[in-house]
Amino acid sequence: MAVAAAAARVWGSSRGLGQAGLLLLRRPGARGLARSLPQRQVQQHFPSLDDKPQFPGASAEFVDKLEFIQPNVISGIPVYRVMDRQGQIINPSEDPHLPQEKVLKFYKSMTLLNTMDRILYESQRQGRISFYMTNYGEEGTHVGSAAALDNTDLVFGQYREAAVGAAYAAKRANANRVVICYFGEGAASEGDAHAGFNFAATLECPIIFFCRNNGYAISTPTSEQYRGDGIAARGPGYGIMSIRVDGNDVFAVYNATKEARRRAVAENQPFLIEAMTYRIGHHSTSDDSSAYRSVDEVNYWDKQDHPISRLRHYLQSRGWWDEEQEKAWRKQSRKKVMEAFEQAERKPKPSPSLLFSDVYQEMPAQLRKQQEALARHLQTYGEHYPLDHFEK
Amino acid sequence: MMDDVINQSVLWIQAGLGTKMGLQDKGQTQKMNLFQAVTSALDNSLAKDPTAVIFGEDVAFGGVFRCTVGLRDKYGKDRVFNTPLCEQGIVGFGIGIAVTGATAIAEIQFADYIFPAFDQIVNEAAKYRYRSGDLFNCGSLTIRAPWGCVGHGALYHSQSPEAFFAHCPGIKVVVPRSPFQAKGLLLSCIEDKNPCIFFEPKILYRAAVEQVPVEPYSIPLSQAEVIQEGSDVTLVAWGTQVHVIREVASMAQEKLGVSCEVIDLRTILPWDMDTVCKSVIKTGRLLISHEAPLTGGFASEISSTVQEECFLNLEAPISRVCGYDTPFPHIFEPFYIPDKWKCYDALRKMINY
Repeated sequence: MAVAAAAARVWGSSRGLGQAGLLLLRRPGARGLARSLPQRQVQQHFPSLDDKPQFPGASAEFVDKLEFIQPNVISGIPVYRVMDRQGQIINPSEDPHLPQEKVLKFYKSMTLLNTMDRILYESQRQGRISFYMTNYGEEGTHVGSAAALDNTDLVFGQYREAAVGAAYAAKRANANRVVICYFGEGAASEGDAHAGFNFAATLECPIIFFCRNNGYAISTPTSEQYRGDGIAARGPGYGIMSIRVDGNDVFAVYNATKEARRRAVAENQPFLIEAMTYRIGHHSTSDDSSAYRSVDEVNYWDKQDHPISRLRHYLQSRGWWDEEQEKAWRKQSRKKVMEAFEQAERKPKPSPSLLFSDVYQEMPAQLRKQQEALARHLQTYGEHYPLDHFEK
Repeated sequence: MMDDVINQSVLWIQAGLGTKMGLQDKGQTQKMNLFQAVTSALDNSLAKDPTAVIFGEDVAFGGVFRCTVGLRDKYGKDRVFNTPLCEQGIVGFGIGIAVTGATAIAEIQFADYIFPAFDQIVNEAAKYRYRSGDLFNCGSLTIRAPWGCVGHGALYHSQSPEAFFAHCPGIKVVVPRSPFQAKGLLLSCIEDKNPCIFFEPKILYRAAVEQVPVEPYSIPLSQAEVIQEGSDVTLVAWGTQVHVIREVASMAQEKLGVSCEVIDLRTILPWDMDTVCKSVIKTGRLLISHEAPLTGGFASEISSTVQEECFLNLEAPISRVCGYDTPFPHIFEPFYIPDKWKCYDALRKMINY
């Protein structure tokens, strides 16, 4: 036992095993060591330790049958929903029972967004703005999740790792804030997502990772983006609480985000929500999606499973909305957007000298020289530049 | 040989030359090597600023170069902590902390490993303030990394990547030559309202020892230091190489009767053109030296600017003595580095031009 005690002093305390760990080596038949021990040493059995692996890297049982784990893609993580495609509540206990005013706000936000998308897409076609990305079909994911947050919560679009850092700082400051980070199923392939998930889990950050899985990353369908069970299935791999929801069901999105928020802040741990949806529009004004998908496919989602339609059915079945209000609101929201657009269009762009501002908090001497050089250049060659659209 | 450089630099620094003037009115001092000076700066920062946190690979137990020894015990595990092995995560996470206004001090284990974080530094950190019209910024982020040759570091433990970052408006890049400089410059980086990268010459972590104030103090960024005045040639370097050119200046004086003005650039971006140009206008000759490869190295930027600003003052072409255009070699290190003989030879040719 003196040998065991000595060895335990060397290895035991640092490995947390004490004498027991060393005694594992002396189990009869273990690599022939038992045979090399002096005869008078007593072999001892510790069945509970024999049954459990001691690796620092994982806690699990032993298995003596060679079997690979089959990734479960056919019947993967189920999709949580509250309403069916016709806007009817399926399980009444999941209905968030939101007041009429709040649900109307959901509807008006989603439809105002839709109206703004139509007008701005058109304005790009007319050359009045340079670029635009629409939200067609995904209005439920934005509005449902945003509605579940507090006004002081932090929202990151992309910037997965930075969102985790902000969440860590919020935790340290006892700020009672959650950070939510939105990204698509394509962005989830970037190393940024891996880094963000792993840091959020290991550093115990109050963050919601909200993945909008809309079926396409520009022209790349999900079958070319990943082979596993979407994004939700990755969460458990990082030790993250995860859920998949029907992104076209604004109540499902709301419920999941609300609960994730409550627990993320209370328990200081990350949550992953994968909102399944469909990108009805093109990726952007630089894209024509008829090059890579069928019109039939797009029409199905537009007509049969649209977040705005589903919520409208819900509202109408409660008598909270009708055709007349719909007509009036469409007119009013269009007017709102047009007025804001025209007001913005009338404003001249900021002075070209501001090209050099905010690179650093203070402007370095070298940059000031370049700013002066541009000013001099414009004095001589100004006629070749669109100075009329800019403030002096 | 590298040993000669180290021995010379230890002697030189212990003699207190160049830093004696910095010591007045800074209170009690203590003998510190470079990593201890870094620890002292970090200690001061965490004591003064309750939002400050330090994170990176292996910083919790003290760090692979012992820069963070004792800090976790003193300030707690929520303020000094390990991250997973992921440089893009370390920097991205640091940006997020800084965006909320808290002070983030990120450690990259070797400057050679900074490249996975290049996108975060260049596309995110450097542009955060600009792209948001000053609505947001990550100015309270500082990234520290061990830098430069160490005698046996080979391809991935010897690199000096400052030139990659010099090309990136929006960040600051700083390299100290000694413990006293390191503490003052690091504290300035931490205080600075812009994201900063602070490269620490790893060969000097133990080799450089001097008296360093215990209390915090700062050395201004974007200010080069003329550590020795002269009239015939301007020598410019940063980090470890400053000690090499200081020795070359002695050799030049002794063997050639040539008087050299020695400048430590200290901040690579934004760099102090005025001090360098003022010196070249006086001397008419410029030699710049760095370990990093010649092509696209930061000496090119200095050379290009000086010939623009001081063309008529130049008596000879500007000389660059740098690493070769190869990856940093393993067994060939003694032949690769821009040692005092190569610098001396280049200087001699410049004098005889």
